[in-house]
This record gives sequence, C-alpha cells and structure tokens, in this order.
Amino acid sequence: MKRIDLHVWGPLIALIGLFILGAILNPAFLAPANLSNVLARSAFIGLIAIGMTFVITQGGLDLSVGSMAAFLAGITIMAMNALVPVVGENWGTIILGMGVALLGGVAAGYVNGALITKARIEAFIVTLGTMGIFRSLVTWLADGGTLSLDSGLRSIYRPVYFGGLGWITWPIIVFAVAAVVGEWAMRHTRFGRHVEAIGSNDRVARYSAVDVERVRLTTYVLLGALVGLATILYVPRLGSASGSTGVLWELEAIAAVIIGGTALKGGRGRVWGTVVGVLILSLIDNILNLTDLVSPYLNGAIQGVIIVLAVVLQREKRTAE
Amino acid sequence: MGKGDDMTVVLALDKITKSFGPVEVLHGVDLELHSGEVHALIGENGAGKSTIMKILGGYLAPTTGQVLLDGAPVTYRSGPEGEAQGVVVIHQEFNLAPDLTVAANIFLGREISKGLGLDHAAMRAATAELLTRLDTSIRPEALIRDLSVPDRQMVEIAKALSRKARVLIMDEPSAALTHREVEALYAQVDRLRAEGVALIFCSHRMDEVSRLADRITVLRDGTVVQRALRGEMTEDGMATAMVGRELTDIFPPKDTSSGETLLELRNFTVQSVVKDVSLKLHKGEVLGIAGLVGSGRTELAEGIVGLRPATGELRIHDRQMNIRSPREARDARLAYLTEDRKEAGLLLDKNLPVNLTLTALDEWGLRIDTKREKAEMVSARKEFDIRAASDDMRAGALSGGNQQKLLLAKTMLTDPEIVIIDEPTRGIDIGTKQQIYHFVRDLARQGKAVIVISSELPEVIGLSDRVLVMRMGRIAGEVEGAAINEENIVRLAMGLEREEEPA
Repeated sequence: MKRIDLHVWGPLIALIGLFILGAILNPAFLAPANLSNVLARSAFIGLIAIGMTFVITQGGLDLSVGSMAAFLAGITIMAMNALVPVVGENWGTIILGMGVALLGGVAAGYVNGALITKARIEAFIVTLGTMGIFRSLVTWLADGGTLSLDSGLRSIYRPVYFGGLGWITWPIIVFAVAAVVGEWAMRHTRFGRHVEAIGSNDRVARYSAVDVERVRLTTYVLLGALVGLATILYVPRLGSASGSTGVLWELEAIAAVIIGGTALKGGRGRVWGTVVGVLILSLIDNILNLTDLVSPYLNGAIQGVIIVLAVVLQREKRTAE
Repeated sequence: MGKGDDMTVVLALDKITKSFGPVEVLHGVDLELHSGEVHALIGENGAGKSTIMKILGGYLAPTTGQVLLDGAPVTYRSGPEGEAQGVVVIHQEFNLAPDLTVAANIFLGREISKGLGLDHAAMRAATAELLTRLDTSIRPEALIRDLSVPDRQMVEIAKALSRKARVLIMDEPSAALTHREVEALYAQVDRLRAEGVALIFCSHRMDEVSRLADRITVLRDGTVVQRALRGEMTEDGMATAMVGRELTDIFPPKDTSSGETLLELRNFTVQSVVKDVSLKLHKGEVLGIAGLVGSGRTELAEGIVGLRPATGELRIHDRQMNIRSPREARDARLAYLTEDRKEAGLLLDKNLPVNLTLTALDEWGLRIDTKREKAEMVSARKEFDIRAASDDMRAGALSGGNQQKLLLAKTMLTDPEIVIIDEPTRGIDIGTKQQIYHFVRDLARQGKAVIVISSELPEVIGLSDRVLVMRMGRIAGEVEGAAINEENIVRLAMGLEREEEPA
C-alpha cells in the first residue's frame, strides 16, 4: 500500500518540480504578480474541473462546459446591459447579472443531466450536442461579433477579478474554497460516496438503494453551477464575450481531472488531484511564456505528453495491484 | 498407487510454494496429472485451489519449486503460451468478448482465413460441430451478450475443446450450469478422459467429485492434507478432510413456530417472466423457493424489491405497498441479497467499510461519520465472522465466502424485516455454507421473515420451513414439513405433477 501512494503523490511532486524549474529559469516567475496571475487564470478551469471531477467519477462526461461558459457569459452581459436603464450602473445590476449566470449554469447543467439520466442518452452524445448548441447560441446572440459589458458597470465589476486580499485575488479565494469544499464533499459526504459507488459499478449502487439517476443528475447540475461561478469571475476580466470565449476549456478541464488521478472510467475521484492537475497545466503555460527554452506554441504538445504520461502512470498502478 | 502407475504423468508440480508479498499461500505442494485421468482438487475457499490452477496454466509463476511438463520444466510463461503447448484453462470468470459471435470467440486469435479475408463459413461449421458435440442448441452466429450464463459457460468449454488440449484445467466448471448442461459436461469429461487428456478440476460439489474424479487431492490452508483414488473417500469424508473437523449439523434445526403474515403477494406479475404469483410469508419463517434456472425465481425477487416493473398486489403488514425501487424497498424494511454478488452486490474495487455502509448511509445524514463506520465494521466482522487481512483491502480480494458474509452484513445493517436471499451459498465452501445457514436461521429466530432462493436442492430442503416450487414463471406447488424432499420438489419443478392449487 505504501508504494502505491507514490501514484497519489506523483502529480504533486511534478507540480513542485515545475515550480522549482520555473524559479530557476526566470526569477520573474516567483514575483507575486506573476503567481497571482497564474492562479487567477487557473481559477476558471479549476472551478469547472472540480465539477468535472464529480461528473467523471460517477462515470459521466461533459463536453459542453467551454461553450456553456461562453453562452453564460453572453447572457450575463446582455442581462446586465438590459438592467442598466432599470436598476442603474451599480452593484444591484451586477448581483442580478451574477444570479443570471448562476441560474443559467444550473439550468444548463440540468438540461444535460436530464437528457442523460431521464432520456437515457449517452453523456458523450448529449454534451457533444449541447456543446454545439451553446456555442452557436452565443455566436448568434453576439451576431458573430462580441458582446461588451456597459463601460460603467465594467469599472464597478473589475475588482471581482482584479481585487482581493493583497495579491490573493477573489478568483484565487473562490477556487481555494471550492477545492476544500469539493474535497470534503467527495471524501466525507454521502453524496461523494454515492458518486464513487455509481462510477465503480452503477448496478451495485442501484441494488444498494442508491438513487443512481438523481445523484448523476446532481453532478451535472453541480458542474453547471460551477461553470456559472467561473463565468461570474471571468466576465469582469475582459468585460466581453464572443463565439471564441472558452474554446477548449472542456478539454483542459478533463485533462486536469485525469492528470490528477481521477479514473476516466469513474469510481475514484480526487478533487485535490484535480487542483494539482489544473495548476500543472497553468504552470507549463506560464513557464513557456516566461522563458525562451521552448516556443510557447508547443504548449499544447507538452500538455498532451503530460496527459498521456499521467494515464500511463495510472495504468501501471492498476497492474501493480 | 494402483491405477496411476501405468499412466504417464503429463503435468506435475514439484514442491511448489507461492507467496503474495509476505504471505505464503502454498507451502510445498506436489501434484501429478496423469493422461487419461480426471483429478479433483478440493478444499475450502482460500485453501489455494485457484492459485494452483493458475500456476498449472502458466498464469502465475511459483515462488519456489517447479512445474514439469512431460518431465521437463515448463517453458511457457503465460496462459496463451501454455495453451499453445496444449495446457488449457477454463476460468471461472468468463473470458469471452461479449460483442462478438460464438464462432468468432471460439476462433479468436486463431481465425481461419481464406485468401486475405476470414473464412466465416468454415469457422461457423467447426463451431456448430463442437456445440453439437456438447449437446447444446447455441447458434454459432449468436452474440455472446445475448447468451445466458450457462450458455456462455458451454461456449468456454467448446473453446477449450477446440484448442486440442492435452491438459485441461477447469475451475468450477459446473457452477453456472443447469442439470442438463451438467450432464453434457460430464459426458465431455468422460470422452476427453477416454481420449487420453489429463483433466483437473476443482468443485464445491461433492457429488460431482464422486462422479468424475479418478484421483482426489484435498487441500487445506495451502497444504495437501489427503490424497485418494476413486472410491477411497466418501462425500462426508471429503468434507471432513477439507474443513479439518467433523461437520455435524450442517443445517441448523428448523423452527416452525412462525407468526403473523409479513409479506403477501396476490396475482403478482413481473413483466414477461413471472405470472400470477400469490404467496404469504410469515414472521419467523424461512420460505424456500426452488425451481430450475430460468423458472423466474430471481425475477420474482427483483420484482418484489422494485428492480423490475411488476403488477399485482404486494402487501406488507397487510398494507398495500407500491415498491418501485430498491430505495422504496429499503424504506419498507424489505431487503434483497442478489445472486450476483460480484456484479450487483459489492463494489469490488472499494474497501470493506464503504461496501458495508453503502445501503444504510442514507440514514446517517449528510456527513459520513467515519468513527461510526469503523465501529460498524468491527461489529460486522465479529457478528458475521468476516475474515480479512485488513479493513482497507478491496472487497474483490476477499474469498467468495467472506464476500457473501460482507454482503449479508451490508444488508442487515439497514435492519430489514423481510429478507430475500438469492443463492446464499453459490461458490462457497462447505464450512462457510454451514455458517451462512446458521445466520439465515438466526434471522428467522429474531423474528424476521426470510425467503431463500436456491438451485441447490439440499440447501432448500435443509433450510426451509416451507418450499414453493416455481416452473415457467408460476408457482407449480408448495411442499411443507416432512413432504419437503428432493423427489417432490423435482417433480413440481419439472412439471411432472400438477398439484391442486390451494383454495
């Protein structure tokens, strides 16, 4: 058993290694501003990946999250702009807009989950479909261009992304809280236990009086809510949304989950691992941008190698048992 | 040694030991397989039978000692390499690709080709011939996933036959077969023996060992404790040798003082399988349900607990209930122990406490009380005598008997009033069977109502206060008290006798 723990710690060791490498290659890496930036940008994918961990652990998948984020950003901006004449350029409008993002996320997650659990269509197919639908809707809403937030609101909203406690900005704090709560929920609650049981063998779960459909549906709704939360943090960063917002986020989130040691076939979820996975992907990106060892254009290739490597390590663990 | 001397030894184990980590599970085992002879390896779960089978077949390497094929150390290092040299293993877990046809499975890896493509016709014809020889009606072009479990077992056997085995190693070959199929299997064993094949099998069925084995080796805790030739050992003697103590009172004494009706079915119909079943189950009673495989026993149970859509009336404590899911069944204090403990009963890759508490967890609130979970595990291990190296081991690594005890403990943790147990002792050794029988009787004594579904007649007879016999989805009849015997049950199950419906 002691030996197997190495596989649990593997991603963490890799993360520490990357951190040291970054520090050696460029002193600017350790600057609080840089670290703050890396962590804040990790937060979007991170929040989504935490939700994705639950979905994958129960044996599902959600390909629609990137498009969903873009769509939610779009309707949030439109809602806020529409509210300005009514409520005014103030926090009230922003909070109502946040509500739109969150509720929209819950609704979108519910649609995915209901199609999967009630209509019994495969998760891959359903979310491939909604991925296209959300992407197309946001492009349509933006009329092929960009949806921009009212400039007055933008300056009020900005601190949500850029402010915080010193260099620890709000996205970092929200990400950290979500990670702690997510890990607790996976490890120490009935919900997490049921999620793992369903992913491990859904027939056993059903025979054991677990409400398989409801738990599955809940993971999609949870993921939708987290996408909504990520959107709330994302909108103030650029103040706009377009058809190219959130492209490939779904794959980054899935990659982070896999790197973190959650089994793609389900049954074993590691929220901490997912957080480490997200940070690994962000650090690679950051280090490539800060140094000229390797072209940043090769970022995707390096991430790809790491994903495959992580899965190979997982497989070795299984044969070692 | 009598008969064995004039036969040639094909495959032999020479002072084999095997350790998994620090634990030695085989302590210097010698074994000889003679051509033209059937060898039975018997012992309790965990005695080391499966390990020996795997070592013989090349699936495991011994820690020390040698495997000798025709007197020389074997050169094969894996199952497929062993097969190429004529040493074929039929595993207990099926080794078939569910989406391929029967013929494709039988010729998997050795396909017959014609030019660039496959010669489907030749493979189908060869498969059909094999299957006819086995006296089955399986079609070569059927998909494995559409076959029943016994049919899949027959395909496994056909596959082994097609490999022209010199040594055939069978791990519980008849565990999943019906009576007729077992006969076909025995006929094949006889035929292979006559052809000079060396056969070895392990089994929990003593009648099967008596019927087939020319030579018996009894294993206990990784050591050979007794060897015998055909006729030298009675079935009782085998059981005693396996367990290492006299087995008296395999079945606990019956206790016919049953009380009020807890569960009643009226015209209960489970979609397309079970028709118009009416029955009453009383407090403190063990009700046996017998019948052939496919007679609708499991479907009836699954209908009762809401795993299958059912119509008709279901009353608990004389109140009409509508149970549509195992959750609702649990809330009505109705529990079902599945016959398929590996696929529907336990999470094999999870540890013991996770399995134990899975069904009961809903009553524990949102947060999982780890301390309580540990305490429940301790008491379950004690109460049900679950033997495990550690609580943290995977349930899949437990022996079959301990898995069954864990499943029983898991079910009882929800404190049900009505317990339906499907095949309580499938694939379990005789010592553990005895324990389980006593657990079942204790449940009845505690005032619970118990239904036992079983294909093993001695079990139904020894355990039940009353037996319902099912045939083709209906209750064919009921026997009670002294009338519970093999003949009455078989007659009802086969439809040889039409009993008066109780008015």
